[in-house]
Amino acid sequence: MPILSVNKLSKSFGGLMAVSNVSMELEQGELVGLIGPNGAGKTTVFNLLTGMYQPTSGIITLYRDQKEEQIQGLKPYTICKKGIARTFQNIRLFRDLTVLDNVRIAMNKNVKYGLLSSFFHSRSYSDEEKEMLDNSIHLLEILKLDHKKDELAKNLPYGEQRQLEIIRALATNPCILLLDEPAAGMNPAETAQLTEMIGWIRENFKLTILLIEHDMSLVMKICERIYVLDYGMVIAEGTPAEIKSNKRVIEAYLGEEM
Amino acid sequence: MVKNIVNASGNSKWLSLAGKWITLLLTLVIVQVLISANIINDYIFSTLVTIGVNIILAVSLNLITGFTGQFSLGHAGFMSIGAYTCAIITLRYSTVFGFVGGVIAGAVFAAIVGFFVGLPTLRLKGDYLAIATIGMAEIIKILFRNVLEDITNGAAGLSEIPQFNNWIWLFVFTAGTVILISNFIKSSHGRACISIREDEIAAEAMGISSTKYKVIAFVTGAFFAGIAGALYSSYFYYISPDLFGFQKSIDILVIVVLGGMGSISGSIISAILLALISTYLQSFPELKMIIYGVLLVVIMLFRPQGIMGSKELSLSLLKKWTEGIKGRNGGAA
Repeated sequence: MPILSVNKLSKSFGGLMAVSNVSMELEQGELVGLIGPNGAGKTTVFNLLTGMYQPTSGIITLYRDQKEEQIQGLKPYTICKKGIARTFQNIRLFRDLTVLDNVRIAMNKNVKYGLLSSFFHSRSYSDEEKEMLDNSIHLLEILKLDHKKDELAKNLPYGEQRQLEIIRALATNPCILLLDEPAAGMNPAETAQLTEMIGWIRENFKLTILLIEHDMSLVMKICERIYVLDYGMVIAEGTPAEIKSNKRVIEAYLGEEM
Repeated sequence: MVKNIVNASGNSKWLSLAGKWITLLLTLVIVQVLISANIINDYIFSTLVTIGVNIILAVSLNLITGFTGQFSLGHAGFMSIGAYTCAIITLRYSTVFGFVGGVIAGAVFAAIVGFFVGLPTLRLKGDYLAIATIGMAEIIKILFRNVLEDITNGAAGLSEIPQFNNWIWLFVFTAGTVILISNFIKSSHGRACISIREDEIAAEAMGISSTKYKVIAFVTGAFFAGIAGALYSSYFYYISPDLFGFQKSIDILVIVVLGGMGSISGSIISAILLALISTYLQSFPELKMIIYGVLLVVIMLFRPQGIMGSKELSLSLLKKWTEGIKGRNGGAA
């Protein structure tokens, strides 16, 4: 059963086709990789899926709770509320806030108490705030960052900042998680740890994950299926083994054979 | 003994809450007694009114600029709406009910204008928004001066406004503003505003509608600026459009920046400090603005983040400071 299907998605910036006619499908619970050379349009696809960019044409359909819904062109916060969360290639934490606040802010969309309650700190305020605090700390505990909950995000080491970005995305309670180069800038040990964490999250949160990554060891190890982009087009799709031996992929990465 | 109190953490929350209310009540009563005994004379009291009004203005602008990160230079415009509304109402209905109604009506009017101004302009960022808000405040000023001349008496302004504002009203509205805005900041909605200041794109990706929360901050700020204006007009007898010009907006911004963007206690301290300095300098009229200016330059040079930065004054912060001083002394010995 698909959870997200992308049909002939295109995006042009002026005369430049950054993404053209990309079609892909994510099955419920799958871990799919999105790879391609630099400038192939991977992050643009993410930005289209999360509403940061408006697609020039194409349809994105989300299937959730037995409903299908077209989500192309919606605002980022609406798409997030519908269950697609993301991390950023160049970390975008709320740097001057604590780790705990970073997580709590991501839970804002579930808040039911109104503005008046927030001014007067009514009963529903205290109940929901307590619940939100407990949930945030629980989430930090299971992903082993609770000992840093009162640190400012900018003071975390690089690896933990990446980790916090993933935790923050999880705090929005998504059904699909988009990870944009989660292992960028990490050493092999950190990458191994991250690989394990991604696998664990997927099992325990019953998530569908789409992953952009340059680290082939990570992609080949955990992805079940891979889409390869080049010049904004999908040039190959298949299991890691199929992708490894695909002629067009090798050409895209290594250049044409003379 | 002290340790026992700290250890009983379940009670400590209640204790600190009770402590806050008792402090507030004591301040209210003591100052009232001092006023009755005429130790606080009219001159000192007018400084108190300025401080109270400036605290409300600074804290409400801090919500917009310091916490939500939207650079607004039109706060005096909202203040003038509150001032004129309350003045016009109390000139017709010179009763306490007229006054309270005037304050509330002024705040609501300011909030409504804030909503209709904020909705289109808050799409702008940084300096563009600042320019747009200057324009908005100028339009309001011109409306009061030229267009609504029949009820506002144009450039001559309104005088002989009945004086209902006294220490109790001033204190209730000032403390109320500070408490309500601090409460808001500590809520999920307040954190959503702060996240927009931190990183708007990330906030949107986390499900936060930046337009919605910017407008909420703007409207709330305008509401309380309206209260400040109403309190001002109901004490100082006289208002005219020129009192609420660009200069006034800058004055409010100076209080906020000096106190620390994103610190409510910073805004309060800075409002009190600037009023005291300005009162003290009354005796040197020719040098007043020069000294004031030099002070601003010096403070900004040595503490560019403002007096409090983005921290709040609290017991734990005071403890940290005293420990820091002790530690330094210990190191020297």
